[in-house]
Amino acid sequence: MHRTRQALAAAAAIGLLAATACTSETPDEPAPEDDQSTAESGDEWFDQAEYDRQLEQRGIEPEGDPAAPWLQAIEPEWVDTAEYAQEGGDHTVCFSNASVSNPWRVTGWITMQQQVEVLQDEGRIGEFRHSDAADDDDQQISDIQAFVDSGDCDAIIISPSTTATLTPAVETACASGVPVVVFDRGVNTDCAVTFIHPIGGYAFGADAAEFLVDELEPGSTVLALRILPGVDVLEHRWAAAQEVFADSDLEILGNEFTGGDAAEIKNIVTQYLQRGDVDGIWMDAGDGAVAAVEAFEDAGQPYPVMSGEDELSFMRKWDETGMTAIAPVYSNFQWRTPVLAASMILSGEEVPAEWVLPQEPITEAELDDYLDRNADMPSLHYAKFGGEDLPGFPDAWRDR
Amino acid sequence: MSRLRSAAAALAGGGTGTVFALLIAIFAVVAAVNPGFFEAPSLMAFLKQAAPLVILAAGQYFVIVSGNFDLSVGALVGAQVVIAARLIDGEESRTLPVIGLMLLFGAAVGLANGLITTALKVQSFITTLGMLLVLYGAIRLWTGGAPTGSLSESFREAGRMGIENVPLLGQIPWALLIMLALGAGAVQLMRTRFGRVLIATGDNELATARSGGRVDTVRTTAFVLSGLSATVAGILIGGFAGVSAQVGEGMEFTVITAVVLGGVVLGGGQGSVVAAMGGALTLEALFTLFNQLALPASLRPSVQGAIIIAAVAYAARQRRLTSRKPQREARPLTATPS
Repeated sequence: MHRTRQALAAAAAIGLLAATACTSETPDEPAPEDDQSTAESGDEWFDQAEYDRQLEQRGIEPEGDPAAPWLQAIEPEWVDTAEYAQEGGDHTVCFSNASVSNPWRVTGWITMQQQVEVLQDEGRIGEFRHSDAADDDDQQISDIQAFVDSGDCDAIIISPSTTATLTPAVETACASGVPVVVFDRGVNTDCAVTFIHPIGGYAFGADAAEFLVDELEPGSTVLALRILPGVDVLEHRWAAAQEVFADSDLEILGNEFTGGDAAEIKNIVTQYLQRGDVDGIWMDAGDGAVAAVEAFEDAGQPYPVMSGEDELSFMRKWDETGMTAIAPVYSNFQWRTPVLAASMILSGEEVPAEWVLPQEPITEAELDDYLDRNADMPSLHYAKFGGEDLPGFPDAWRDR
Repeated sequence: MSRLRSAAAALAGGGTGTVFALLIAIFAVVAAVNPGFFEAPSLMAFLKQAAPLVILAAGQYFVIVSGNFDLSVGALVGAQVVIAARLIDGEESRTLPVIGLMLLFGAAVGLANGLITTALKVQSFITTLGMLLVLYGAIRLWTGGAPTGSLSESFREAGRMGIENVPLLGQIPWALLIMLALGAGAVQLMRTRFGRVLIATGDNELATARSGGRVDTVRTTAFVLSGLSATVAGILIGGFAGVSAQVGEGMEFTVITAVVLGGVVLGGGQGSVVAAMGGALTLEALFTLFNQLALPASLRPSVQGAIIIAAVAYAARQRRLTSRKPQREARPLTATPS
């Protein structure tokens, strides 16, 4: 009996260990935001051609009104959509969402709903249906199938959970004959009428890394904080940063995975500070950036040169402390574009086949402007959400 | 050697010696890699950051030693931080009322766990797994997916600040003082009749009930204590690093690992609360060591797993040897079938 109990206890312990091991690596972290391409060549996560293209796109003036960046497009190839044009204005638009499991997606989702209300009031679309797959590929595949089976959708918008797995589901939606709009993360098919996304992860990572290279003296030390390995969007940001850092005289102290957990970030930064100076912080996403800054404060160290993201908690901390920083942006206003694109397609207007939205980091010169515009917004809100002109502003985003 | 062994056993019924030996060994390696770690400021920073897990381990100890599990603590820690941020929303004046509310909520979650387990006879593994999911889902529903609001400066005081300018030490973190106070409280509690009945319950439920121990009451109380410890841990973690959507994720497994590492037997009846807290400290030291060694992230879980299995197996072997000694039979209420 005694031995049996010990064996049971040991088995339970091993089970727990396995579970513990899993929790530190599970990719249930939602892949905050995303660009499309999967790893293709050479270094697993580095695609030289795509890298060059994204860096070049940063310098190209987008077409369209700069006051409405969600309608701008970089080097668009316009496609005719006359075949999808429908009479009337009560078209049903269906949206299959990967998830709303992080503040970036929550912010974008609110913006999209506000844009839908405007289009409904204008009589350009009718019913808006949506499903939330909660980061579950299988769930999203069945969500999309349900939209197709219902036969009610006049257009289907998809924000895919993952690239490869969702590709057949997107193809199914295309095959049903209704126009399909894909945005944020991509899929391995171009059957959608338009694929909407900001420039991409390489541009994000390079914006951040170039800033550190410019602002820090040669020989300075940089710590890279990353959310988790193996997620293409995040890996692209880091791959671009490595490319930039390799050509610089900065010393990269390490790259640490934090799970985006503020406590873990603060702990790791604190430990690096105990071992020596850290002059710069590079982050692959702004989640928990404030915790990294606080680690310097609590250790009595001067503020680092830092790249975060346009999340307001970080931007407010940046403003308060007067530190040298930049907020790379993964344009949150892209959530407005898909519903606008759907209504354009249903009216037979041209849309870009690949709709590349502008993606510009927020620099110190623009900091005050963006903080003013977002003064009422909660701290886990994204400055470039692009919804200031929508009627629900500011309450819809403030009272989330 | 056998005297040493029985000394360790006398302290806590096996395991205590192992966990503190392991802690010293890990610290020795840390010191070799980075002697600066043992300077006061960095040691204090380590203790500040380790305090939440240590407190959580004390709470989990009560539940485990009485023969149950509490898997809901990680979700509860996360929920508490999110609740605090949303209700305080940056207003200093709301800090104390919200902390009061959080303590009530933590106790209520513990009470629900306890009553469902004892009165409805649902296995605690299932009860608390269900509670984990309920909390996780309810918080997602309530916040629309991601936390909102912000914590006040005074809320963050406990987890982030401390007594400043102490000679030699620099800052003594509040978190460390809270940890020591709660730890001492837990040790005292285990010396009362409640503590003895709790261990006896985990050891042999039937015999305890027949000899007049209120088995269901102490077990329910253990869950309430665990809920309260998760609340305090939430206050400290939120204070330490602020709000993020990932707070508390996976902590239930980390803390159960810590308690087991401290030599507390799953299934109940054996182990000391000091060792459970020592297990948490050891686990945090291990994480620190991994950082100091710059061990690749992918390798860490495996190394962590191997070390913990080895430690627990060693403690179990020790316990098997010491359990043959007469002192164990001398303890009242331990009519184990073994």
